[in-house]
Amino acid sequence: MSHATTAAHDAPHGGHGAAHPSGLLRWLTTTNHKDIGTMYLLFSLLMFFVGGAMILAVRAELFQPGLQLMQPEFFNQLIGVHALVMIFAALMPAATGFANWQIPLMIGAPDMALPRINNLGFWLLPPAAMLLTLPFVLAIFGIGDGAVATGWTLYAPLSVQGGLGVDFAIFAIHILGISSILGSINVIVTIFNLRAPGMTMMKLPIFAWGWLITAFLLIATIPVLAGAVTMLLTDRHFGTHFFNAAGGGDPILFQHLFWFFGHPEVYILLLPLWGLMPHVLATFSRKPIYGYKAQVYAFIAIGLLSVVVWAHHFFTAGMPVPALLYFMYSTMAISLPLAVLFFCWIATMWRGAMSFETPMLFAQGFIVLFGIAGLTGLVLADVAADAQYHHSYFVVAHFHYALFAGGIMGVMTGVYYWLPKWTGHMIDERLGKLHFWLTIISFNLTFLPQFFLGLAGMPRRIPDYALQFTEFNAISTVGAFILGFSQLLFAWNIWQCMRGGEKADGRAWEGADGLEWELPSPPPHHSWETPPAIK
Amino acid sequence: MSAPAVSHRKLIGKLLAGVAAAFAFGFALVPLYDVLCAATGFNGKTEGGPGDKGLGGFSLGGIKGQAAAGNAPPSRIDRSRTVTVEFTGTVMPGLPWDMRPLTFSLELHPGEMQMVKYLVRNTSDRPVTGQAVPSVTPGQAAQHFDKIECFCFAQQTLAPGESREMPLTFIVKPEIDPDIRHVTLSYAFFSAVQDRTALNKQE
Repeated sequence: MSHATTAAHDAPHGGHGAAHPSGLLRWLTTTNHKDIGTMYLLFSLLMFFVGGAMILAVRAELFQPGLQLMQPEFFNQLIGVHALVMIFAALMPAATGFANWQIPLMIGAPDMALPRINNLGFWLLPPAAMLLTLPFVLAIFGIGDGAVATGWTLYAPLSVQGGLGVDFAIFAIHILGISSILGSINVIVTIFNLRAPGMTMMKLPIFAWGWLITAFLLIATIPVLAGAVTMLLTDRHFGTHFFNAAGGGDPILFQHLFWFFGHPEVYILLLPLWGLMPHVLATFSRKPIYGYKAQVYAFIAIGLLSVVVWAHHFFTAGMPVPALLYFMYSTMAISLPLAVLFFCWIATMWRGAMSFETPMLFAQGFIVLFGIAGLTGLVLADVAADAQYHHSYFVVAHFHYALFAGGIMGVMTGVYYWLPKWTGHMIDERLGKLHFWLTIISFNLTFLPQFFLGLAGMPRRIPDYALQFTEFNAISTVGAFILGFSQLLFAWNIWQCMRGGEKADGRAWEGADGLEWELPSPPPHHSWETPPAIK
Repeated sequence: MSAPAVSHRKLIGKLLAGVAAAFAFGFALVPLYDVLCAATGFNGKTEGGPGDKGLGGFSLGGIKGQAAAGNAPPSRIDRSRTVTVEFTGTVMPGLPWDMRPLTFSLELHPGEMQMVKYLVRNTSDRPVTGQAVPSVTPGQAAQHFDKIECFCFAQQTLAPGESREMPLTFIVKPEIDPDIRHVTLSYAFFSAVQDRTALNKQE
């Protein structure tokens, strides 16, 4: 074991010691957190392009009014599978990839606590992704009527009556859920049991705190989703009537169960990235993180509040006024701890010696655009206003500001920030900056018009629209194609960085602080076998 | 790498118990939700009838049974105001029927007893049984909307090609919120096939 630290690591694919199987078998059987982290991240990148291709087809259809490219049934399948792929197969695995790579490095642990569970957690993902997309292929051969066409929310009664795509989606969600729960248990056990001696909970890197809250939210809510889709399955095939009104069930029940999971899910996607931001901002401002404790408490507060606000997703389904008021005020209350985070992020940069490398650009883009997501979310939380905005393109624009600008751009921040650590090579700054500017401009070109479309009354999830919406939709489609193709630069950049480039020091960024930067870049295959001492 | 496996196991056990509890909680929400809705009249659910076997009273389609309705004669008629009641109906997929209300809308005083009829026709060449499920909008009006006699109280069977006028007798109770001036009663007619797998095949 002690010699493994000196194994060769010239390229990310080449770092196997003598005792390990090589080739494909290495990746199938690996229990090394770095290998598994790499697999999670590459899988996420692949699925990001799969989900992106689906939505480009949707945007192409929406370029002009009328039906040009596809039938409404296929359109419905694309939007639903796009969302499921992006959420469960792109964003969540990316965050888990970060956790695998970084948490052991940052807390001075030799590996994740449960390495075999870790391997299982990853290898459950590819079959689940195949299940989600397989019905598209089956439909080509005349089996079934395509993928799940209910939108990602799987609302009953549509999902009770839907075709075999719904069954595939249910099975995929079960597998993805098991994978997430295994990942969460692993993160919690690692953080609780494997911290370096002297690292108290309040000395934990803030990224690990963000992930810890995410892990607890996953454990609390994924099983509720699993229960809901199980009920859906038994309604469809085994004669139960949970959601079937004819048998005494209630379709609105599904909405309650779904969003009991669905709202915390938003924070599950974002908390790891909120944990990442302070590290990046502090590094490139050359200052310590401002308000560490305040941010940790804000994470906890947001985690707790997130499970009691779910019904704001269906204000218009019919609720008595006291319930509406409760869900409105509790939702708005989340903006308070979130504001604490925003002010801490800004204060971390305040009067710092800032420099604007690619990760910093993405972090600042994240703050501005995610701020817009938060403010438009407040508008949607207002019961009186929501009646106008509900199920319109305003909502679509809002959650893409939250989940593309807040989620995907947050992931990109992390990738650019840690790539030098993972590969041992600096990224190409010129390409990185080009990628940033193309992304942020085309992102706004895509989604800013959608706010106006929504305000003007264009409903979401409809393949056709009234003539007065044509110009904004055309702009949005052009933006989406630039945005989509700009991401090839991202993949190219990662590929280049994996292959070579300027050698990175252990402390790749001048202002970086933390245990992971005390290791060489790339870190040895087995790191922190002797735990570091924490002052 | 000699991990303290025992302390891991303890924590993993607790976390797995948490997962199991959350899964059970998801199912516990089903009766909880029904109880809450029945207690408050959320979501257009009216009280269950005597044949009601469900926890919250929706198993017969949220209808009020005849016996229970008989116990609640209209106390008074509020002639100071009127409420407009609108009638709609939808036939759900899998049921080869047409339905339309013979009265589309009715203006009445709260407390007044009224009767309307729906015309229902079996368009297929075989006898079919259906069950109507009512829903009242806005939801706050549901607890003040009393059905005294309704075709939704029982399953209806129509012979091939048969048309039938189906009656509904109801009262909008005077306790209804004065801000509510419009109430919509909507029926969804479902196929009452007991075996859902048979229904799926038919679709």
